[in-house]
Amino acid sequence: MSKENGLIYRISGPVVTAVGIAPRMYEVVRVGHEGLMGEVIELHGDQSVIQVYEETSGIKPGEPVVRTGQTLSVQLGPGLLTQIYDGIQRPLPKLEETMGVFITRGVDADGLDLEKKWEFNATAKKGDEIGPGQVIGTVQETETIEHRVMVPPNSGGKVKAIKSGTFNITEPVCTLEDGTEIAMMQEWPVRSPRPFVQKYAPDVPLITGQRILDFLFPLAKGGTAGIPGPFGSGKTVTQQQLAKWSDAQIVVYIGCGERGNEMTEVLDEFPHLIDPNTNKPLMNRTVMIANTSNMPVAAREASVYTGITIAEYFRDMGYNVALMADSTSRWAEAMREISSRLEEMPGEEGYPAYLSSRLAEFYERAGRVRTLAGDDGSVSVIGAVSPPGGDISEPVSQGTLRIVKVFWGLDAGLARQRHFPAINWLSSYSLYPQALDQWYRDNIASDFPEVRTDISTLLQVEAELQEIVQLVGSDALPVDQQLTLEVARMIREFFLQQNAFHDVDTFSDLGLQYHMARAILSFQEEAKKAIAGGAQLEDVVNIPARTDLMRGRFEKGYDERIGELVTEMGKQIAASMEAN
Amino acid sequence: MSGKEYRTITDVKGPLVFLNKTEPVSFGEIVQLRLSDGSMKNGQVLDTSDDQVIVQVFEGTSSVDRQTGVKFLGDVFKLPVSKGLIGRILDGAGRPRDGGPEIVADEMADIIGAAINPYSRQSPESFIQTGISAIDACTSLVRGQKLPIFSASGLPHNDIALQIARQAKLVGSDDDFVVVFCAMGITAEEYNFFVHDLERTGALENAALFVNLADDPAVERLITPRLALTAAEYLAFEHDYHVLVIYTDMTNYCESLRQIGAAREEVPGRRGYPGYMYTDLAMLYERAGLVKGKKGSITQFPILTMPGDDITHPIPDLSGYITEGQIVISRELHQKGIYPPINVLPSLSRLMNAGIGPGKTREDHKSVSDQLYAAYAQGRELRGLVAIVGEDALNERDLQLLKFADIFEDQFLRQSRDEDRSINEGTLDLAWDLLSNIDTKYLVRLDQKWIDKYHPTDRKDSEEE
Ligand SMILES: Nc1ncnc2c1ncn2[C@@H]1O[C@H](COP(=O)(O)OP(=O)(O)OP(=O)(O)O)[C@@H](O)[C@H]1O
Ligand SMILES: [Mg+2]
Repeated sequence: MSKENGLIYRISGPVVTAVGIAPRMYEVVRVGHEGLMGEVIELHGDQSVIQVYEETSGIKPGEPVVRTGQTLSVQLGPGLLTQIYDGIQRPLPKLEETMGVFITRGVDADGLDLEKKWEFNATAKKGDEIGPGQVIGTVQETETIEHRVMVPPNSGGKVKAIKSGTFNITEPVCTLEDGTEIAMMQEWPVRSPRPFVQKYAPDVPLITGQRILDFLFPLAKGGTAGIPGPFGSGKTVTQQQLAKWSDAQIVVYIGCGERGNEMTEVLDEFPHLIDPNTNKPLMNRTVMIANTSNMPVAAREASVYTGITIAEYFRDMGYNVALMADSTSRWAEAMREISSRLEEMPGEEGYPAYLSSRLAEFYERAGRVRTLAGDDGSVSVIGAVSPPGGDISEPVSQGTLRIVKVFWGLDAGLARQRHFPAINWLSSYSLYPQALDQWYRDNIASDFPEVRTDISTLLQVEAELQEIVQLVGSDALPVDQQLTLEVARMIREFFLQQNAFHDVDTFSDLGLQYHMARAILSFQEEAKKAIAGGAQLEDVVNIPARTDLMRGRFEKGYDERIGELVTEMGKQIAASMEAN
Repeated sequence: MSGKEYRTITDVKGPLVFLNKTEPVSFGEIVQLRLSDGSMKNGQVLDTSDDQVIVQVFEGTSSVDRQTGVKFLGDVFKLPVSKGLIGRILDGAGRPRDGGPEIVADEMADIIGAAINPYSRQSPESFIQTGISAIDACTSLVRGQKLPIFSASGLPHNDIALQIARQAKLVGSDDDFVVVFCAMGITAEEYNFFVHDLERTGALENAALFVNLADDPAVERLITPRLALTAAEYLAFEHDYHVLVIYTDMTNYCESLRQIGAAREEVPGRRGYPGYMYTDLAMLYERAGLVKGKKGSITQFPILTMPGDDITHPIPDLSGYITEGQIVISRELHQKGIYPPINVLPSLSRLMNAGIGPGKTREDHKSVSDQLYAAYAQGRELRGLVAIVGEDALNERDLQLLKFADIFEDQFLRQSRDEDRSINEGTLDLAWDLLSNIDTKYLVRLDQKWIDKYHPTDRKDSEEE
């Protein structure tokens, strides 16, 4: 039955049809004389349809196809961090060693270095009863991250022997009574979610240091967010900001069908950027997957699964993991291309009918969970979406918005005015604030939610007033409404705008964000009083202290100075009243 | 397996030929067709199986019949490359068009081009001064970037491309660029315009041209840019040249792509263009850049004309999603008589931050550029408002911004076709002079320290002292 070898019958781009072979669905096969890696994606009578992860030109019908018996899997163990992989977990530095700067084909590479020795510290003891997912020892994988070696999800029993020492990742470090040997490395099929005990509702924010995100549209640890936006509106910059500054312990960054240079940028930058939470280079906590737009589409399709499986693995150790996928639209397009080669019945805009269920399954792998070992771990997923023409009525955007709980809508108009991050504060939303408010009250300030409401209300009111201004000009408005416009402008220019490329402005601590928001509200209050007391709006708005307060955010130590700056502002506003 | 000629054509559809055959041919293989009158056509295998082979014919299928002989050449499409390409004009399929001899190959290079390993790339960060203020200040170009010109019919994109080709230089270096020019379906007149300009400035000797004109085979356009980029890669990565690739018009390329898709009865993506157009374009645009351990570089200037001036049309849209920014030419500015009519607001250079600043251009460059954008954007918006409510309804700040928008267009954007402005004295100082028409308290994008140092009044103060 299980015919091991077959022949190529047909080649159409990345899709190859084989005959004379009886593989399982999603089994990995070797295609052609060069043994290109492929995955079975359809069985059709005697024909097996294979998506091939490498370029297929020059391959002929009649060449061999060989089964491997494996499904598409990743290798999990020490050595993942700081690595950069292609969509099927081949380390790109390894590929460079064997192929040079251009990616040719027919080269295999293990995801992990099987030879490298690691210092394993056993934490379980002989005689311990250990279950699936339980930690049996640790390895200091990078300066900041301790790799917790776990019992594979399908294993467990009584420890017969376990030893600390220096091992490579395939050597057994632990033996169970039933003879099972456990090594530091395990494998997991990428298309199956890794098991856990239970999902919890997220109630802790993922703090990103990006004011508009943290303050107005927060994401929870274990939550899901979508960032749709036209080209050049800031999806990648936002994703990279999250990869840099969010307080996740592990970051998995997937460059899915996007630019090569953007990955190079991350590779160049991250080793030099210091994680504000650990004071060590950010690279220590990062795993990258780079399957750029010009690399094979089938491997692009696989890249998000490779990434999320790695993320789940670190979650299972009890870490908070954040995963960014830039861009999920390119992943969807890879599905569309393969589906059309399979001559499947197309759904909307040529996408396969299963598009939305694939999207849902992917985001469903996010979450805050109780791990098999009983710890708390999370995977937060942030997906960029690239809608054609920036119009989010298309299937990928819609499929995403139905699932994710946070919507950061990027706006071409704002980007054009260089208002960055170009996140539209009127159309964006987060469904998490309610679940997170208690956390803010306990950890930042007891009135944090109220301050947020005040700020977002001001922005709403501004939008309404703007409609009137469009008709009559701002001078025609009563002075209190003119003040509201000024305050709202302050929110936009001082608070919402944040320059990702400015050394200081790039990251704002959540406490500082709160103080900045309070400063704006206090300006509003004082100004109202002053105007009621006879001050001119012009004078109040133009006091130098307000400019100092606003420009100050570009300087180091702002969190220490902001109190004084607000006090000084209050004085000057009061003085503007006396001047009259 | 060469030599064997099949006469098994079953169907001909648009540019595609379907045939039954007996021996296996490989995917992507090059095909030669011999018509009954003895003339030859070339093609490439798009689909191959034990029963049937689909061939795309570059020159189109007119006169192909069931008697046409089809020969599979046993190899994928390759271009003979050598330094001898420089100074040559080739046709859209890589044959000499200048009456010169065949290229003597140092190497036969596969024109599909393998992807650069992202790990092996080097970040582009050397500022290229184009001498055009709008570009240098606001959408700075760096070596190894792919920066398309989004234009539309009747606009002077060719002049701008040529001015860039003429003036582009690395400040403080005399490395020259080699130009690889790739024409896809442009008119003979446009082509002559390019060639004359390149000739006039002596750049032609330093250029390699691949030319497919409007009356040349449409399907051939699908390989022309691949030939040009293969030549560029060879010159950049084997011979250390800094290559500037100009290709025009991407819109014609995409039309050919659509034609093939339609003939294959593929499920189309948006507006009839193939669903894989993003990937296909990426296979071209991503062949720009710098790689570790090689001195040369490839900088790309694709030109495309937006159908109906619509930037959301799939051609500019998918391009914008791949390239590292775009320079947008505006019909409105053109009609106002401004050259170069570059609308900086939708224009963008994503690699700008890496290429500017202290030691590269000037410390205030980023701030100045942000401020120019913000002020111009607001000024332009106010124009709309003024049209409704009149200038009287504007406050002081708005009035200044409104006026600035005019000055910016008239003095900053506008320059002549041979005016080569230096970045610091020519462009950035000019920007400061114009920004000084706005009260500094409204210039919130400028750091105080740059105001103190570069603002004209302060500049004068310090000169007087
Ligand atoms: N927070 C920010 N601060 C400063 N500049 C920004 C910010 N966000 C975006 N930008 C600017 O916008 C440009 C485009 O952003 P980005 O590359 O993230 O767009 P994108 O949405 O990913 O586009 P594409 O879909 O084409 O990949 C950046 O190069 C940068 O100049
Ligand atoms: Mg992007």
